[in-house]
Amino acid sequence: MNYNWDWGVLLQEPYFDWLVSGFSWTITVSLVAWVLAFSLGSIVGILRTTDSKFLRAIGTGYVEFFRNIPLLVQMFLWYFVFPELLPESAGMWVKRGMPMPEFTTAAICLGLYTASRVGEQVRAGILAVGIGQRNAGLAMGLTPAQVYRFVLVPVSYRIIIPPLTSEFLTIFKNSSLALTIGVLELTAQARQIEEYTFQGFEAFTAATLLYICVTSIVMLIMRVVEGKAAIPGMISLGAK
Amino acid sequence: MIRKLTLIGAALAFVVTGTAPLLAQGSPVLKRIKERGVVNMGHRESSVPFSYLGSDGKPQGYSVDLCHKIIDEIKKVVGKADLKINYVPVTSQTRIALMANGTIDLECGSTTNNLTRQKQVDYLPVTFITGTKIASKKGSGITEIEDLDGKTVALSLGTTNEKAIKRVAKAKGLNIKTIMVKDHPQGWLTVETGRADAYASDDVLLYGLISKSKDPSKFQVTGRFLSYDPYGIMVPRNDSTYRRIGTVVLADLMRSGEILKIYDKWFNPGPTKIDMPASATLVKAFEIQALPH
Repeated sequence: MNYNWDWGVLLQEPYFDWLVSGFSWTITVSLVAWVLAFSLGSIVGILRTTDSKFLRAIGTGYVEFFRNIPLLVQMFLWYFVFPELLPESAGMWVKRGMPMPEFTTAAICLGLYTASRVGEQVRAGILAVGIGQRNAGLAMGLTPAQVYRFVLVPVSYRIIIPPLTSEFLTIFKNSSLALTIGVLELTAQARQIEEYTFQGFEAFTAATLLYICVTSIVMLIMRVVEGKAAIPGMISLGAK
Repeated sequence: MIRKLTLIGAALAFVVTGTAPLLAQGSPVLKRIKERGVVNMGHRESSVPFSYLGSDGKPQGYSVDLCHKIIDEIKKVVGKADLKINYVPVTSQTRIALMANGTIDLECGSTTNNLTRQKQVDYLPVTFITGTKIASKKGSGITEIEDLDGKTVALSLGTTNEKAIKRVAKAKGLNIKTIMVKDHPQGWLTVETGRADAYASDDVLLYGLISKSKDPSKFQVTGRFLSYDPYGIMVPRNDSTYRRIGTVVLADLMRSGEILKIYDKWFNPGPTKIDMPASATLVKAFEIQALPH
């Protein structure tokens, strides 16, 4: 390969700062998106398991819509097309007025997309608890809301910790698509460093290591959470 | 007599067939081209009119035409008339890496020859000269970069324009908000939709974008040159034998004036009505680079 290696470039100013700043944007976009994805996904997942046909349709519609469009396309649609569909002044506010338009758009887009996937995990978890528990709860005189609150949700969330962990990891990796709408997160900064120094291989190696670092830490934390949350004797609680 | 002719013929045959491999010696790029029977030509998809996809989906443009001339010569040097051309689309972010790792053998786009890039790649003689300017909507009140104070400008990630705008803004203490976009069409979209007040790029590319937009009369390219961007065809570094082939072909085109004909085909007025006659600087550059044999 015809390449001049120079690892020192990563520690030079301002490239080191760029990596740090990119890293913090990656974390911020991912965490904000995850909060949105987790809350909305829980609602969607629960809707899909309720007795009401109407609510189930809403949940299904949401999941099918957001899960079936590539994330890259969704980023583009939210950033370029969505503001054009709004009335002129509102569109202008989305484009210019709201705080950090690129970041906000990216975090919301990533959050809504991941919510559809989290919703499916939640639904699978609730179904895995089984109809017996639900009926038992109702037979004891709990309202349907109470059955969810005290029986289905607490148990199902413990069951779906492993797949949720993997969604949580994915959100960090998917956050790199935010660069297509101008968020200077880790991958974008790696590209910037490449363009300023033409030491792209070094920059991307650094980015790769940082991504692995974050995902490893997430995995460790989630493993601890899984162990702490385990209910002895329940299905798929592999911690013991 | 006949014997003599046969001898001469044999000698000629030896010269013709014998020199080709000799020329290719010591050149890793020519060696790999010969072994694979393929030239990998990097091209852009929307650098109008240098290198972009035509309606038939094939790359075309000014740089692409020049590259075809060079590839014709490469065919002679490696002694393979049936050399295949493999078109590899590149972007402003991928072109250097793809050249460094050997994926492409030459890049025919709109790449500025600068000294930092020469740490990783080499360039053929300058075939076009441009610089950073600003495109905006007519009536926006923007002419020079100073007018962008407090406004938003879109910049393409990883271009010399981005560096130029940021450098001038810093030097002059201007408060210019930037939006990073990934390519020229997206940068243009930000101006068309009003997300950004202006898009900064090489002036020729801006004219190209405007000429392809829905209503070209609504946009303008203004201001002084904020950077000096000489374009060159990019080739792998550390291979002067290979690079010389391109240098010779381009010098010949410049000496004979044929390069101006190719230029006029694409720019004056050109298929996209870009209407940019060759500048005096460019004509002078062609003259200077037309090295003798």
